[in-house]
Amino acid sequence: MAENVTPRVRVPRDATAGEVITIKTLISHPMESGQRKDGDGNVIPRSIINRFTCTFNGEVVIDVTLEPAISTNPYFEFEAVVPESGTFAFTWYDDDGDVYTDTKEIAVS
Amino acid sequence: MYMKTLIKSGVAVIALLAAGPVAADEDADLIINDEIEITVRAEAPAHVDGLRTIYSGWVFRADETQALQMDDFENPAMLFADEAREKWTRVEGSAEKSCADCHGEPESLADARGTYPKWNDQAQEVRTLAMQVNGCRTEQMGAEAWKYDSAELLNMEALLSSVARGNPVNVAIDGPVAATFELGKEIYYSRFGQLDLSCANCHEENYGNNIRADHLSQGQINGFPTYRLKNARLNGAQTRFRGCIRDTRAETYAVGSEEFIALELYVASRGNGLSVEGPSVRN
Amino acid sequence: MKLTRRHTLMLAMGSAAAAMLPMASFGATEDAIAAFTGGAEIGAGGITLTAPEIAENGNTVPIEVNAPGAAAILVLAAGNPTPAVATFNFGPLAATQHASTRVRLAGTQDVIAIARMPDGSFVQAKQEVKVTIGGCGG
Repeated sequence: MAENVTPRVRVPRDATAGEVITIKTLISHPMESGQRKDGDGNVIPRSIINRFTCTFNGEVVIDVTLEPAISTNPYFEFEAVVPESGTFAFTWYDDDGDVYTDTKEIAVS
Repeated sequence: MYMKTLIKSGVAVIALLAAGPVAADEDADLIINDEIEITVRAEAPAHVDGLRTIYSGWVFRADETQALQMDDFENPAMLFADEAREKWTRVEGSAEKSCADCHGEPESLADARGTYPKWNDQAQEVRTLAMQVNGCRTEQMGAEAWKYDSAELLNMEALLSSVARGNPVNVAIDGPVAATFELGKEIYYSRFGQLDLSCANCHEENYGNNIRADHLSQGQINGFPTYRLKNARLNGAQTRFRGCIRDTRAETYAVGSEEFIALELYVASRGNGLSVEGPSVRN
Repeated sequence: MKLTRRHTLMLAMGSAAAAMLPMASFGATEDAIAAFTGGAEIGAGGITLTAPEIAENGNTVPIEVNAPGAAAILVLAAGNPTPAVATFNFGPLAATQHASTRVRLAGTQDVIAIARMPDGSFVQAKQEVKVTIGGCGG
């Protein structure tokens, strides 16, 4: 359903072990709420990203349930702590079954 | 809730304050990504009699809206500039060319955005940036023109603006564009619609005041295309003109019409001295 | 130009339309809270909710929640057609229980954040956000 969905993620390239790092994510998505009507008065069906997760080397950082009240092009900012070098995995789950992913490496010294 | 009328220059602007005005930090400075310094206030150009200082629309916005534009990651408009960047190298049309084949990197066109609309000698016409992009497509690439203010065209304008941020708006108003400038100026000061309002009534005489709960700007277009929180997408300057004129309860000109091209040139020239700021974020 | 009857009427219609925005019943918000807390008592303190006092546009309102040590934070907009906004579940690698996002508010209303602490207790923060009704939709 949703077209041109592009995730963007900002993670520092390196950190020290145990450092608090800030992660920002933005994904282009209309987040159609299911509350709007088209020009003919028909309800436009809901089509949103309903879940977003961030894991690091398989362990959960954050797992968010999204409702239609989240704005178009959902944005999240949160903080993680990384014990060792590894990979952040970001996953967005669309109502239509599509899954969008992105990964970021971080070097921990 | 209360109502008050502001009488200024013989014009009544009705302010209906539903929730009180949003606080705007009119003295704030805009530096994008801690790097690109944007001129958001400047001495008015000599040809603008009604203003002493010109201000970017950014200074009239609430703190939260201002913040969205200070970091490209948080600016949702940059998603669309990035989409255009991906298309930059895509070969299209009978000439089998991409934008990159002639122009290299988009950054090579950093001087373009601030000078449009401007005269195109070959075509013998005034061209907006949108028209020039389409000129490239039809004349150089053998590709089809994009619809005016369509997503593809606005995305490309957003990209060309993004690489020009910080450079001055410097639109020529004399020589071959003089007649267009005069037409645009005439439209700017003409009253439209059942509300009998000209552009100047709101944006020259009453900027800084509230129209209902909305904080009026000077209507500068150095930040276009702009991502509006209202519709969560890029908006072109001419589509915005159309909305303004419609709100005066008038029949509007069409996007891409001779009148709106002239108005775009005139309004752009009122911002000479501000920085190119698009793609911006507005309410 | 004076404030004519027509203008007054038009302005009145504008505010009437705003007043008719669909609002959730108090029941829906209470149900959403009960589903999250299981009916447990909700305390105060230990959670902050940051939102603008006045939002320039209800379509994109930045909010921030922070509840040190929380397992999860539920965010509700009591005046939306459906009150649920988001639930943040924090994993072992969350450095803080602090998150920001952007939300839609259908009108002036209370935004509510409730944190579930690891010991099963709950704390709440609430803030009213005024949503302005723009003058020039354009």
